[in-house]
Amino acid sequence: MADMTVNKTSSRGLSLPKINSRLVVMTLYLLFLLLPIYWLLNMSLKTNTEILNEFTLFPRNLTFANYATILTDPAWYMGYVNSIIYVTVNTVISLAVALPAAYAFSRYHFMGDKHLFFWLLTNRMAPPAVFALPFFQLYSSVGLFDTHIAVALAHTLFNVPLAVWILEGFMRGVPKEIDETAYLDGYSFGAFFVKIFTPLIASGIGVAAFFCFMFSWVELLLSRTLTTVDAKPIAAIMTRTQGASGIDWGVLAAAGILTIVPGALVIYFVRNYIAKGFALGRV
Amino acid sequence: MEKTVNQKAWFLVLPVLLLVAFSAVIPLMTVVNYSVQDTFGNNQFFWAGLEWFEEMLRSERMWDALGRQLMFSGIILAIEIPLGIFVALNMPKSGFWSSFCLVLMSLPLLIPWNVVGTIWQIFGRVDIGLLGYTLDALGINYNYTQDILAAWVTIIVMDVWHWTSLVALLAFAGLKSIPDAYYQAAKIDQASRWKVFRFIELPKMMGVLMIAILLRFMDSFMIYTEPFVVTGGGPGNATTLLSIDLVKMALGQFDLGPAAAFSIMYFLVILLISWVFYTVMTNLDKREG
Repeated sequence: MADMTVNKTSSRGLSLPKINSRLVVMTLYLLFLLLPIYWLLNMSLKTNTEILNEFTLFPRNLTFANYATILTDPAWYMGYVNSIIYVTVNTVISLAVALPAAYAFSRYHFMGDKHLFFWLLTNRMAPPAVFALPFFQLYSSVGLFDTHIAVALAHTLFNVPLAVWILEGFMRGVPKEIDETAYLDGYSFGAFFVKIFTPLIASGIGVAAFFCFMFSWVELLLSRTLTTVDAKPIAAIMTRTQGASGIDWGVLAAAGILTIVPGALVIYFVRNYIAKGFALGRV
Repeated sequence: MEKTVNQKAWFLVLPVLLLVAFSAVIPLMTVVNYSVQDTFGNNQFFWAGLEWFEEMLRSERMWDALGRQLMFSGIILAIEIPLGIFVALNMPKSGFWSSFCLVLMSLPLLIPWNVVGTIWQIFGRVDIGLLGYTLDALGINYNYTQDILAAWVTIIVMDVWHWTSLVALLAFAGLKSIPDAYYQAAKIDQASRWKVFRFIELPKMMGVLMIAILLRFMDSFMIYTEPFVVTGGGPGNATTLLSIDLVKMALGQFDLGPAAAFSIMYFLVILLISWVFYTVMTNLDKREG
């Protein structure tokens, strides 16, 4: 009896601080993650005078002028439009070619399938720095330099393999009997794929689309190398906030915050698949 | 799943093959082409054999960059992997707070890489950045544009900030796949917390952790934008990693031959790591059946 009570109190004594330590660890970690982002947000709501002359933890004179500058100046907001155009084009192309390929990989053995799969993976891992110069020359020579399609095609280098891998992971989970039943019912491959199979892996398509969107959105080296004016992404425009009077910190910070928004908006929908996507569909 | 042999499946793969051939094989052939030729300008090229490769292998510049690169990748792995596991172990297992943590933790992963650089460039400045200002106020001499140590600390902390969540998310996915029965059995055996971790959680996480390690190694091995924005490779060449050096050589100085030779060796290293990665992945698939 005495033993029991000792045991109880000791386990209570252990478990109580344990819950607290979890809370402390997570709070500290999230604080570490969010502080730099908060600082950017904080700066984006200040005037340049306040940024440079006073050190304040939150904006004294709240101003949205920095955001207004970006949203009214075509030189700025066209950057967002350009980014969104090539990212969307890239996502559509990547998914369109990756869907049938992923189906083939998940259902059939064919000559060279393993080598092909491996070769695709090496492209996901290829350093953009290696490809920057050849891409520049390739797209210049075919007259696509400084167009959205050039950047979109360049990004398929790593997004197509990624989409194939993620989709293959999801398709593997769909029982093969479904295909066979559909064929017995007289569906052609096309009709089966669009009407029956696609709805079954809808979440997989969503996740693959999200990751294509994301990796195309965050990449800068290739998109900057392949554009000068007409298709220049927002991330590259940001590097040019240095004017005659020094860097316009407020506008730079506001532009940065605006690039975080699209990702932050959709992340909620894919929160449970994020690990799967990063692990190329293998978790 | 039993797969059937069907050579017609090639037709389904064809679009991917053509597209990736266009965006990967043609550029790579250009690189190979440059790596064995020399030019005096005017688009006149002549055969140089393996000269550039020999030159690059002898050049201290590349070995220095490789050394810095290995040091960088080593340090960030040594920090991110244990920290990621630790965070994953402390995450709420389910419910609202679990989603809450997942969403906030994913945030840094979705920020454009040069914005990540910009965030830390600002954050570390002694005049307007919270981190730099605080360190300065504490009397620590911190200046990442002048001081080599400060520059390194900044880019490493930045990478830890940027990517630890990825390791944590993967480890968390691994942890969630452990059935409750395992924990109950451990409780009956009165296993200590450490033993639960060592003999249940760690083995179950091993697969995803291998993925995390390889992904982090590979991605850090070709990191370019973030450190470039923060330090520009400086002070001096102190933070010039492989990709930064390569871009400097290829796009900055237009030293096509050496840059191409450099690229090919760089790519071969990546190919080797990819092969390890692929083997791990396929073994993982087999184990799951």
